[in-house]
Amino acid sequence: MVPISYYLILSGILFACGVTGFLIKRNIISIFMSIELMLNGVNLSFVAFAAQWHALSGQIFVFFVMVVAAAEAAVGLAIIIAVYRTRETLNVDQVDLLKL
Amino acid sequence: MTPNLHLWLIPVLPLVGTAVNGLFGKKFSRQTVAAVALLFSGAAFAMALFVASRFSSLTTPHIEFLATWIRAGKFQADFAFYLDQLSLVMLLVVTGVGFLIHIYSVGYMWEEGGFYRFFAYLNLFMFFMLTLVLASNYLLMFIGWEGVGLASYLLIGFWFTKDSAAAAGKKAFIVNRIGDFGFLIALFLLIKHFGSLNFDQVFQSVIPMGAETGGAGLLTAVGLLLMVGAAGKSAQIPLYVWLPDAMEGPTPVSALIHAATMVTAGVYMAARSHVIFDRAPAALTVVAITGTLTALFAATIGVAQTDIKKVLAYSTISQLGYMFMACGVAAYSAGIFHLMTHAFFKGLLFLAAGSVIHAVSGEQDMRLMGGLRTKIPWTFWTMTIATFAIAGIPPFAGFFSKDEILWRAYQASWVYWFIGLFTAFLTSFYMFRLWFMTFFGEYRGATEDAPAHLALDIHSDTRAGAPAPHGHGGIHESPPLMVIPLVVLAVLSFTGGWIGVPGSLGGSNRFDKFIGPVFHSTVTALGAEGHGVATAEREAEGPEAQAGHGTELIFTGISVFAGLLGFGLAWLLYYRKPQLPQQIAAGLGGLYQAVVHKYYIDELYAALFVKPLIAGSALILWHGIDQDVIDAALDNSAHGAREVSDSVRHMQSGNLRSYAGWVAAGAAVVIAYMVWIGTR
Repeated sequence: MVPISYYLILSGILFACGVTGFLIKRNIISIFMSIELMLNGVNLSFVAFAAQWHALSGQIFVFFVMVVAAAEAAVGLAIIIAVYRTRETLNVDQVDLLKL
Repeated sequence: MTPNLHLWLIPVLPLVGTAVNGLFGKKFSRQTVAAVALLFSGAAFAMALFVASRFSSLTTPHIEFLATWIRAGKFQADFAFYLDQLSLVMLLVVTGVGFLIHIYSVGYMWEEGGFYRFFAYLNLFMFFMLTLVLASNYLLMFIGWEGVGLASYLLIGFWFTKDSAAAAGKKAFIVNRIGDFGFLIALFLLIKHFGSLNFDQVFQSVIPMGAETGGAGLLTAVGLLLMVGAAGKSAQIPLYVWLPDAMEGPTPVSALIHAATMVTAGVYMAARSHVIFDRAPAALTVVAITGTLTALFAATIGVAQTDIKKVLAYSTISQLGYMFMACGVAAYSAGIFHLMTHAFFKGLLFLAAGSVIHAVSGEQDMRLMGGLRTKIPWTFWTMTIATFAIAGIPPFAGFFSKDEILWRAYQASWVYWFIGLFTAFLTSFYMFRLWFMTFFGEYRGATEDAPAHLALDIHSDTRAGAPAPHGHGGIHESPPLMVIPLVVLAVLSFTGGWIGVPGSLGGSNRFDKFIGPVFHSTVTALGAEGHGVATAEREAEGPEAQAGHGTELIFTGISVFAGLLGFGLAWLLYYRKPQLPQQIAAGLGGLYQAVVHKYYIDELYAALFVKPLIAGSALILWHGIDQDVIDAALDNSAHGAREVSDSVRHMQSGNLRSYAGWVAAGAAVVIAYMVWIGTR
C-alpha cells in the first residue's frame, strides 16, 4: 500500500502549482484553472486521509467541494465571458478600474 | 368670586396677528396686512378695556392660571397672569398707545418694502410686551423681557441692508444682554433663597424680612442685580448707549418701543419688585442716583444734538432717569404716573417727528428744517402740545407727573430735587430748541419745489444721501391715518395728567389713590427709616400734610419757572437771535465739542471694552484656541490619518495578482505560525 505521505506530497505539489499559476498567470482562464488545481490538490489530501482512517466524511467533503467547484466554474466562466465582452481582453492586469 | 377674564387672550391676540402676517403676509395685499395687524392689536386693546371695565369687581391681585409650565421638585413656574392696578395701567398704556402707533404705521410705512414683515414684528413686540406686563412670575416676565429685546432688535435692524441699522440692532441686543445677565442672576438668587419665582410667593417670603439697613444682604444683592437688568432695558447709565443708535429703526418703532413701552419695562420691573427694593435701602439709593445722573447726563447731551430723533432719544433716556429717580425714592406711583404720561407725550413727539420727517422727505437734521409751522399745521399743533407737556408747563400731562416726582425727590434729598429741577430746565430748553428749529424761522432745507428725483426717500440716511427712486414732491401734511393717532395722543398728552392732580393744587391725586394699594400694603414695614419718610408722610393725610401743601406749591412754582426759563432761553437763542448759539458754541470750545460728541462715551466704551474684547477674541480665542488648539487637533489627526493611509494605499494596486500574492503570503505566515506552535 502506498504510504499516505506520498499522497500528501503530491497534494502539496498540486496545490503549490495552483498557487504559483494563480500568481504568475495573466490570463483569467489560466488563473481559473489554477484555482481548480488548488481545489483538487486539497481534494486529494481529503480522500487520502479518508482512506487512511476509513472515514466517509472526507469523501463526502470532496463531493461538496466538487459541487461548489462546478457552481464556481459556471459563475466564473459567465463572468469571464462578460469581462471579455466589455473589455475585449482576458489580461487581469488590464482589468484594474478600481485601481487608485 | 373671581370671574374668568381670559387675560391670556390679550397677549395671544397679537401673536395670532404675527403668525398670520408672518407666515402668509407675503402674498397678502398691503390692505390685508394692515387690516390683520390692526384687527389683532385693536382686539387686544378692546380686551384690555373690557378687563378695565370689570376691574373694580375683582379682588386684587387677580391671578389667572392658564397651564403648568415648569415643575421641578418644589419649584414651579406656570403660564399664569397677574392683574393688579399696576399691570392694568401698563396694560392700557401698552395696548392703547400700541394700537394708535399701529394705525400710524400703516400710513407711515405704506410705501416701504417689507410691509408685512414690519407688522409681523410689531405684533410680535406687542405679544412679548403684554406677556412681560401680565406675567405672574419672574420667569414668564423674563420671557417677555427677552422677547421685547428680540422684537426691538428685529425692528431696529428693519432696514437691514443699511450697515448702520444692522449695527445698531446688534448693539442694542448686546448691551441689553449685559443687563439681562444681571436680571438672570437675580432670578437665580431668588430661586436659591425662596425656591420660587412667583410674585406672590417671593413677596410673601420677603415681607417678614426687615430692611437691610446695617449691611448689604441678599435683598440688596437682588435689588442691585435687578437694577442692572433694568438699566440695560431702560437705557440708564452705564448701559444707555444703545438707545440713541436704536433711532436707526423706522420712526413708529422708535415711538412704540424706544419711547412709550419697551424702555419703560425696567421701571415696571422695579415697581413690581418694590417689596424687595423697599427692604434694600442701599439698592434703592443706587437706583435713585443712577436715575438722577442719567436724567441730567442725557439732557445735557440732548441740548447739542441736531438730529431730530436723536434729541428725542436722549430726551427719552433723561425722562426714564426721572422714573428711576422716583422709584429710587420709593415714589413708585409717581414713577408709574410719569411712565404713563411719558408714553403719551413721547409717543406723540416721535410720531410727530416722523410726520415732520415724512413731510420733508426723509430729512432728519433740524438745521435743514425750519418754518414748517404753516405747512404742516396738524403736526405742528400736536407736537406743540407734546412739547409743552414734556417741558412741564401746566396744565399739560407732563407737568403733573414730573412735579410729583420732583416733590417726592425733594422729600428724600434736596440734591435729587435740585438736579431734577436743573434737568427739567434743560428738558424744556432742548425741546423748545427742537420746536423753534423745526417749525419757526425760515425753511433751511432744499427748496420746496425741488424736483422729485432729488427728494430723499423717507428712510434713506441723509448722510448716505442716496437719491431714492420715489419722491414726495414738496413739503406736505401727512395722510389722515397718521394724523388721527397724533390727535388722539395730543388729547391724552393734554389731559392725561388730570387724573393725578396733587392735593396742593386742589385735586385728590386719583392716580396715586388708584395705584397706591399695590405699593402701600408693604411699604409701611419700612417705617420712618430712610426713604420711607416720604411714604409715611403721604400716608398721614392730616394737618401736617395740609401744611405741606404750601411748601409743595412753592416747589411747583419753581419747577414751572424752570420750564418757562427753558422756553425763554430757547426762544432767545433759536428764534430771536439764531446766530447766537454758534457764538456760544465757539466760546465754549472743548466743552461744546464734548457734548456734541456725547462726552465721547461711545469712543470710551469702544476703547475700554469693544476693542480689547475684539482683540482678545481674535488673538486668544480665535488664533489661540480655535486655530491653534481645536483646528490644529482636528487638522493634525486628519493629516496623520492621511499619512498612514498614504503609506498603506500602495497595497491597493488594483493588480489582481498582487492581491493574490498578499493572500498567499498571509496564508504562508499563518501556516508558519501553526507549524511553529505545533513544534514548540
